[in-house]
Amino acid sequence: MRLVLTSQSDQPRLRAAFSLGITTLLVMGLVASQWLLGDSAQQMQFDARLAPPSIDHWLGTDALGRELWARTLAGLALSFWVGCLAALLSTLIALSLAALATLSARLDALVSLLIDTLLSVPHLILLMLIAFALGGGTQAVIIAVAVTHWPSLARVLRAELLHLRQAPYVRISRALGKTRWFVLHDHLLPHLLPHCLVGALLLFPHAILHEAALTFLGFGLSPSQPAIGVLLADAMRYLNSGYWWLGVFPGLGLLLMVLSFERLSSHLRRAL
Amino acid sequence: MRLTHLSVVLLCVALVSFGLMMVSPIDPIDAYLGPQMAQVSPEQRELIAQRWGFDESPAVQFGHWLRQLVGGDLGWSHVYNQPVSDVIGQRFQRSIALLGGAWLLSALLGFSLGVVAGAKEGSRLDKIITTYAYITASTPAFWLAILAVLLFSVMLGWTPTCCAGPAGALNQDVSFATRLHHLLLPVATLALLGIASITLHTRTRMLALMRSDVAIYAFAQGASRIDVAWRHGLRHASLPAVTLAFASLGELFGGSILVEQVFAYPGLGQATVAAGLRSDVPLLLGIALFTTLFVSVGNMIANTLYGVIDPRIRQGEL
Amino acid sequence: MLTIDQLSLQLPYYAHGHASWWKRKWATCLDELSLQFSAGEVHAVVGASGAGKSLLAYAIMGLLPPAARLSGQLNYHEKPLDEQRQRQLRGRELALIPQSLSALDPLVRTHRQVTWAAQRAGHSSANAWLSALQALHHYQLDARAQQAYAHELSGGMARRVLTAMAHVSQAKLVIADEPTVGLDPHQRQRVLAALRGLADQGKTIILITHDLRHALPIADHVTIMREGKQVETAPAGAFQGTGSSLNSAYSQALWLALPDNNFATTTADALKREATVA
Repeated sequence: MRLVLTSQSDQPRLRAAFSLGITTLLVMGLVASQWLLGDSAQQMQFDARLAPPSIDHWLGTDALGRELWARTLAGLALSFWVGCLAALLSTLIALSLAALATLSARLDALVSLLIDTLLSVPHLILLMLIAFALGGGTQAVIIAVAVTHWPSLARVLRAELLHLRQAPYVRISRALGKTRWFVLHDHLLPHLLPHCLVGALLLFPHAILHEAALTFLGFGLSPSQPAIGVLLADAMRYLNSGYWWLGVFPGLGLLLMVLSFERLSSHLRRAL
Repeated sequence: MRLTHLSVVLLCVALVSFGLMMVSPIDPIDAYLGPQMAQVSPEQRELIAQRWGFDESPAVQFGHWLRQLVGGDLGWSHVYNQPVSDVIGQRFQRSIALLGGAWLLSALLGFSLGVVAGAKEGSRLDKIITTYAYITASTPAFWLAILAVLLFSVMLGWTPTCCAGPAGALNQDVSFATRLHHLLLPVATLALLGIASITLHTRTRMLALMRSDVAIYAFAQGASRIDVAWRHGLRHASLPAVTLAFASLGELFGGSILVEQVFAYPGLGQATVAAGLRSDVPLLLGIALFTTLFVSVGNMIANTLYGVIDPRIRQGEL
Repeated sequence: MLTIDQLSLQLPYYAHGHASWWKRKWATCLDELSLQFSAGEVHAVVGASGAGKSLLAYAIMGLLPPAARLSGQLNYHEKPLDEQRQRQLRGRELALIPQSLSALDPLVRTHRQVTWAAQRAGHSSANAWLSALQALHHYQLDARAQQAYAHELSGGMARRVLTAMAHVSQAKLVIADEPTVGLDPHQRQRVLAALRGLADQGKTIILITHDLRHALPIADHVTIMREGKQVETAPAGAFQGTGSSLNSAYSQALWLALPDNNFATTTADALKREATVA
């Protein structure tokens, strides 16, 4: 039993459940739209180039007459998959390095030196270095984002693991001759999994934002892909000509997606 | 102790970034030659490779590079046709105005907003501030910059769309007021983004304090929320805020790259992008090391400040 | 002076392993308490941890978390003690000596904290500085302790600082929440004597403690609490001999379980002994 010491209307778990529902719906809608529409919605229409938002062209069209709403949806779906993969990879790295760090003092020092090194380079510069070294492209972005986002989660997991190893029930379990696998599976994992889940969810919005930034600067996804960063980099060329919709809507879509995940992760963290 | 740690970390960064450059698919001779690579014969390439030691093993090359680095020679930037250290020096001078302005603004505004929101948890003001902070925390920096250009430069015409001064004007001819005018929008955009994290962090600290035994006891003494926030809250929230402000220099620098790119502001951030896109390896390495130093010194100041100000740590060390 | 009528308190919580994970439930923490506290008396509230003693203190002071559900009636000097009046009286008429030493701000020197308490009680700032100094001297806190931070104080000194902060407010009703925890016998006597002294000046003292033995020497009345319920309120004099003048079996058991009363002699044993003597 846990007492709730917040205001009357505040029900963290109800909020978490609510925000989980909304985010799931949004993601399902996004994925379904890509599955149903395919590429057909992104056809070039040469009679409707740079058309402003209207009933026919909901969010307007770009310089090649492609519907901006379809491009934005496709970009969001792309961001979502890249973000998912990167967050997943990053969580795996965090978990394995945290486990490694708890094995011996020397490994611990090594991992923490690695963390210090990664954290002392500005995030975006490191991302650019890695993406540059890997030659750009989707794979490079996923790897770059995954490799740079694990330190904070690794720290949490390491502390939790160290704490758990000292826990009486784990030591008793060991003393009773249970196998390592049993201890790991029955005692450690149930405690670590919620941390990993929340950690991955916390990483996710950052991963998406950094992917978009990297792509925007020209180090990420290729310009032929309808990524949000590409759409906005294209929009830069038309800024002074008054084609405002090109710059506004893709970013707004990205903001909404990041915001919904950001809220979900912080509600979950409070509720658990 | 801290200095040793700093140098170890710097060495690691040098190693990692050099390693990354070694594995990159960019040919070092092409990178060195830049746009002239088409005009060079294979024999000349061979000579260059010998001259710069590109044939040697990576370890030897790294040692060579490191020795030059310690001697203060960061190499030659083919994009700007200048020594790397000169490029960084000039560019950083322009960026520092942007970074410093945005940093001060975001730290001061972020802290005040966080204190107000935390002290009045659940009030309308708190809801407005937190909503604002949540939204800006999720906003892509470059998109916000694009919006700012669209709104203030294109639609309203209040501020210039580009650069650090009027196009074509020489650096020394630009007046201070004109410079400020060009800086206004980039600084505001960057500050607006930086505010969110400090606000949310300070608010969390304030909330924790307002529910702590200290606050409950102060309430028991008849203190109002404002009294508790002013007397206890400011003390407890200011240290973490200062620490965070110094620790977030890296984020700030990342933001400045994006903002400079959108506003075409010729600072260090723009140079970084140019170096990366045009394979200027020495410049990229130089910037990576320089910004690492910048961020690490910020972190070091944050840690030291903590020890100087907090009585519990100050006396623990003596 | 202060009367409590049918006071009940519920707090929300999340049940573990329940099917509807997001639904919160309500736990009853205080159950229809009715108590009377009069001026010049030390009224001890005794119970095991979790009995709701501290929550009772918070309910009187109006310091419960906003999510709490409170019902019943509080009257102070024959007038209802509602939220607004609690806010007016806190620090001036009602004072709390908190249970936890973490109530002292770790970043503020002792003297300044006591001065703040005096200011909050309505002293002018110059006056507050002086009365804080007096209160500190009254509780034998020297110049070093006055300039110390909380982590530099010993447990006993910190307790005395907290008592000094209640003292400086000149409150008519002082609630002392476990003021003797972690103190050696000598220090404990000092704190208890100070509380008795306050009561003799005509103040009302509510002494919250888990230890009946420490409360009895200075208390006029004792209320025994268990799991949010009021088991019994009796004059301190009723706790003597075999406790036969106590009404409930729980109070008797508590009394007889004290070391001086042959340890853990159960009521059943006591009754048997009485029978054989007869």
